[in-house]
Amino acid sequence: MTPKVVLVTGVSRFLGGHLAARFAANPDIERVLGVDTEPPPRDLLRRMGRAEFVRADIRNPLISKVISTANVDTVVHASVTASPAGPTGRTVMKEMNVIGTMQLLAACQKSPRVTKLVVKSTSAVYGSSSRDPAVFTEDMGPKDLPSSGYAKDAVEVEGYVRGFSRRRPDVDVTTLRFTNFIGPRIDTVLTRYFALPVVPTVLGYDARVQLLHSEDALAVLERATLHDLPGVYNVGGDGVLLLSQAIRRAGRLNLPVPSAAVPTVGGFFRSARLVDFSPDQMRFLNWGRVIDTTLLRKEFGFTPRWTTQQAFDDYVNGRGLKPLIDPETIDAAERGILDAAARFR
Amino acid sequence: MAGARVIPLHDPERDAARRARHVEVVPEPEQQQSATPDWERRLTDLLSFARRRIAGDYQIDEFGFDRDLTENVLMPPLKPLYEKWFRVETIGLNNIPTAGGALIVANHSGTVPLDALMTAYGIASEHPAHRPLRGLGADLVFRTPVLGALARKGGQTLACNADAERLLSSGELVGVWPEGFKGIGKPFKDRYKLQRFGRGGFVSAALKTGVPIIPVSIVGAEEIYPMIGDIKTLARLLGFPYFPVTPFFPLLGPLGAIPLPSKWYIEFGEPIRTDVFGENAADDPMLVFNLTDQVRETIQQTLYRLLTQRRNVFLG
Repeated sequence: MTPKVVLVTGVSRFLGGHLAARFAANPDIERVLGVDTEPPPRDLLRRMGRAEFVRADIRNPLISKVISTANVDTVVHASVTASPAGPTGRTVMKEMNVIGTMQLLAACQKSPRVTKLVVKSTSAVYGSSSRDPAVFTEDMGPKDLPSSGYAKDAVEVEGYVRGFSRRRPDVDVTTLRFTNFIGPRIDTVLTRYFALPVVPTVLGYDARVQLLHSEDALAVLERATLHDLPGVYNVGGDGVLLLSQAIRRAGRLNLPVPSAAVPTVGGFFRSARLVDFSPDQMRFLNWGRVIDTTLLRKEFGFTPRWTTQQAFDDYVNGRGLKPLIDPETIDAAERGILDAAARFR
Repeated sequence: MAGARVIPLHDPERDAARRARHVEVVPEPEQQQSATPDWERRLTDLLSFARRRIAGDYQIDEFGFDRDLTENVLMPPLKPLYEKWFRVETIGLNNIPTAGGALIVANHSGTVPLDALMTAYGIASEHPAHRPLRGLGADLVFRTPVLGALARKGGQTLACNADAERLLSSGELVGVWPEGFKGIGKPFKDRYKLQRFGRGGFVSAALKTGVPIIPVSIVGAEEIYPMIGDIKTLARLLGFPYFPVTPFFPLLGPLGAIPLPSKWYIEFGEPIRTDVFGENAADDPMLVFNLTDQVRETIQQTLYRLLTQRRNVFLG
């Protein structure tokens, strides 16, 4: 069933904004509402076309009025985010994520017209440790519950969403657990991390990283909104990159940091405003995480267009990351050595 | 190759110049083999390996198994240990299927898990299909820096049912050492006495995926580091399951870390089929226990048989 009136949260960010733009381009949808606390950047707003921007805080009960007066029938909750707005933004981020979700769900529960809810969650809910199985399926839980940060927010958000679907069994709830996003256009903690000239990693560990191209992420969210596909789905690209391998593909140098010094180095990068890593993201860079996407393929009916490796290469090319050692130099060196060897024969 | 001198058909200098011009065009393998000496081919392989590593141009699977690295870097150093030091003899390698999932269950001994490495090397080098053995290791392995990362790159993963079933159902050859630390860290006087086989998790994984279980008996590994003592306090301090004392370690320091050159035998037994028990066989605890016992008994009896045939620990 194609929705009539769609409300998208978090439209001033990449995912929410581009999603609203896609809905606005769909003639079957009558009305698209985009909600966020701050207006989207100008180019994003232009892309959004006929979508209406509502400057509202989802932490405020006012959101209930928006939903009921506009006769919203489908809510896409895309504002749960991992990147804080600034050095002090972590508390605000948590409030936006958790309290915002509570308010939004309360508003949805109140409005009888809402028939579908799509929630952008994260595979961070599985946690990351040495005692975890190599690949997570949807029915697994974290070995130790994340104690802080985005992962904990996401676990709580999912808890509220489960509560909501118990109270409103008539609403189709789709929860999408995304891996980290990558792509030439999206800006996340990870894209900033790989763009550093020298990339710090944890000494002696090599995380397995699974990525999803941001265009695939948009396509999945769009599909979940336009079709009735309730359930919890893992969403990630095919294949896995090792962190060290990804850094080499980006042509960067990695700087192994002993795990005892990781918080100090992380603090340095935060105060230098380069990359803001939370402890759970650092744990991710230590152990990595891979999810099983069989359900996404079989039941949700979506196969990502980019594999992890292709998505990463697209990001590297799109950002114009120049490798520190030119591949041509390496080729020339290889040729030179072989020629010298041929002469010795 | 050095003795077999190849008489060049062409002028070698012109040949080299031609090669330099067309370096991208890979010459046909047969031609190259007759015209290029062995060391040069090896150099070419080495350089292309180095280029792949620098560019990050290789594939790993979802468990972190890096085939390129394993075959070129991790496995070669085991060759002298396998062939010259322990002089490993394998028996019944044909019991391992050339394709499809199978579960290898072996006894564990020797203070340091060299038996797992030797089994993996033996299968990779001597089995006709050269299959990689995907071992299931303890949590401690993956928690340890460097070792954990290397273990994953070498194809190992955490010993848990989810991983075991995933590997088996995707047709991999999986290895388990169900005795775990109880087996590998047992005192020398208990050598070749099998310890408890965990909770039989490996059997239920095999039952669920319907793959055969291949019992493996390893003789020789018990004698590489005869453990005559265990400093429990030090082990607790360092977070190890045991801190071994052998006749030479820690007495001789790093010299004591050299394993004794015992002669090894690895016997791969008849596969035990698990696909004959029907649908929900894994939910039948009695069946799981019985199968676990059957596997354990098979390994124990084979160990005794191999030991009676062995006349000398070091000469075989």
